[in-house]
Amino acid sequence: MTTAPTPVPTPAATELSGGAGASGTATPVPRRRTVKLRGGSWLATVPLFAFFAISFGLPAIAIAIGAFTLSSDAETGAGTFTTQNVTDSVQGAYWTSLLSSVKLSALTALIGTVLGLPIAQAVVTSRFRAVREAVLSASGVLANFGGLPLAFAFVATLGNAGEITKLFHLTDHGWSLYSFTGLTIVYLYFLVPLMVLSITPALDGLRVQWREAAHNNRATTLQYWRHVALPILFPSLLGGYVLLFGSAFAAYATAAAMVGATVPLISRSIADALSGNVLVGQGNLALALSLDMIVVAVVVMAVYLPLQRRSARWLS
Amino acid sequence: MAQLISRVRVWRGVVLLLAGAYFLLPMGASVYFSIDDPKGFTFEAYTGLLGAPGFTDSLTLTLELAAVTVVVLLLLLVPALIAVRLGAPRLRPVLEVVCTLPLVVPPVALTAGLIGVLRWGPDYLMDTPFFQTIVFIQDPKFPIVLVLAYVLMSLPLAYRALDAGLRAVDVRTLVEAARNCGASWPRAVITVVLPNLRGALLNASFLTLALVLGEFTAASILGYQPFAVWIYSVGNSQAQMSVAVSVLSLLITWVLLLLLAAAGRERRYKTAHS
Repeated sequence: MTTAPTPVPTPAATELSGGAGASGTATPVPRRRTVKLRGGSWLATVPLFAFFAISFGLPAIAIAIGAFTLSSDAETGAGTFTTQNVTDSVQGAYWTSLLSSVKLSALTALIGTVLGLPIAQAVVTSRFRAVREAVLSASGVLANFGGLPLAFAFVATLGNAGEITKLFHLTDHGWSLYSFTGLTIVYLYFLVPLMVLSITPALDGLRVQWREAAHNNRATTLQYWRHVALPILFPSLLGGYVLLFGSAFAAYATAAAMVGATVPLISRSIADALSGNVLVGQGNLALALSLDMIVVAVVVMAVYLPLQRRSARWLS
Repeated sequence: MAQLISRVRVWRGVVLLLAGAYFLLPMGASVYFSIDDPKGFTFEAYTGLLGAPGFTDSLTLTLELAAVTVVVLLLLLVPALIAVRLGAPRLRPVLEVVCTLPLVVPPVALTAGLIGVLRWGPDYLMDTPFFQTIVFIQDPKFPIVLVLAYVLMSLPLAYRALDAGLRAVDVRTLVEAARNCGASWPRAVITVVLPNLRGALLNASFLTLALVLGEFTAASILGYQPFAVWIYSVGNSQAQMSVAVSVLSLLITWVLLLLLAAAGRERRYKTAHS
């Protein structure tokens, strides 16, 4: 392919290649003919990077500066450095809400991982292509079905006046949707499908031969899972867990629409501080809380990204 | 062995049935809730929707925001991704990091940051272009600040979708072939590369659309009223209607996804048989 002479278009190609000087005199034996494309193609990435610098960079700077400046609406207070906001943000009610958020996310992500795996496995090993496509497309929809509609659907189902609640008189048995348990059940509604989506490629990557080899060596199914499949899947599973954790941690709308203040969550604390529900002039405290949230998320991502790369080793 | 196989099948069926029950139950209960009435069934929650105050306004705003977000996102991302594949491979890790970073910042925190930036415009800067820009992007008729937030939030999703699409196509060879046939640069990209990315482009657009349709956090904290925020305000007064809207929004998402899958499949079918 590369040896084929390029008859007609060469002049046009050099003419348009942008960095004409460099590309025209390019190495005499180009490994690939596209060397001459090189010129200015990085220019096409400039808009994206510029956009990112402005719309992501500026808020990031605002958080970093705001979290460490004196919380005050007066313009004079803008320059005073303080760690007060950050200290406040990890104390008292705010600390409780951060802990509660982390707890809820860690728990729901764990349950989601444990429940998502068998569903994904059932899908992957199914003989019917239709089952696979149906479950995966349903997962795609449900994984994106966070937020308000989800909250309302569950209020209609298990809320105080919900259909199932009425049908089984759950309230008499002490059931409340507007609690930690209730929130867990609701979160699983989008976390389990998310897990199914994220683990399916890894399960697809498990070779049948590995299973056959294990069985030929008289391994039971349980042993195969314990010693072969799960170790291989582990990075993917952990990666999926982290994804679920992040999803649950960042969720705001569902909880905001459903539980109000009964379960303290960091995302709600930030929203309250921003809208001045608690006290006026807490804008910078909200920024400090956001910083806490980002720190948690960064830690989580620092686990996730290397794992993504590691799982590719076996399962590519 | 036969016993093992049948046991496996039973197990699989049970798992799928249980999962199906859990995921269909709230749907069914929601539909029932939305039409349940002391006197029997009523479809008022659905029929009254169009006439509800704010319904059309908020829906229009959301659709406009979604359209602009999708266009901006694709215009930013597609050229960058193609360029990185063709001529700037060293920028690839940078691009990956840039497109993954928004995942680290939860929407609430991003919104807090945006508000922090918007507060940078004190009154004594009133006459400067900076201040004008800050006012301009907060125009309640079309809040550009929301578009910025949405593009950022959908960046990781769209990047993954497009990257996966590009991975399946040998962009280099395609462009070389097109260029060797005398196509200009824009022509090579638009008529040769983009059609091959149709599935990925649709996928990215759909994910973005779904995200914008359902986004509540940024819009509500910043004080605008697109569709999701409107549903929330309706939910406080008319529970049935809010549930009806939830059911509808799920159906719409589902239909969109099925259309997308169909489009993708058709494409695959064509390439396989041509």
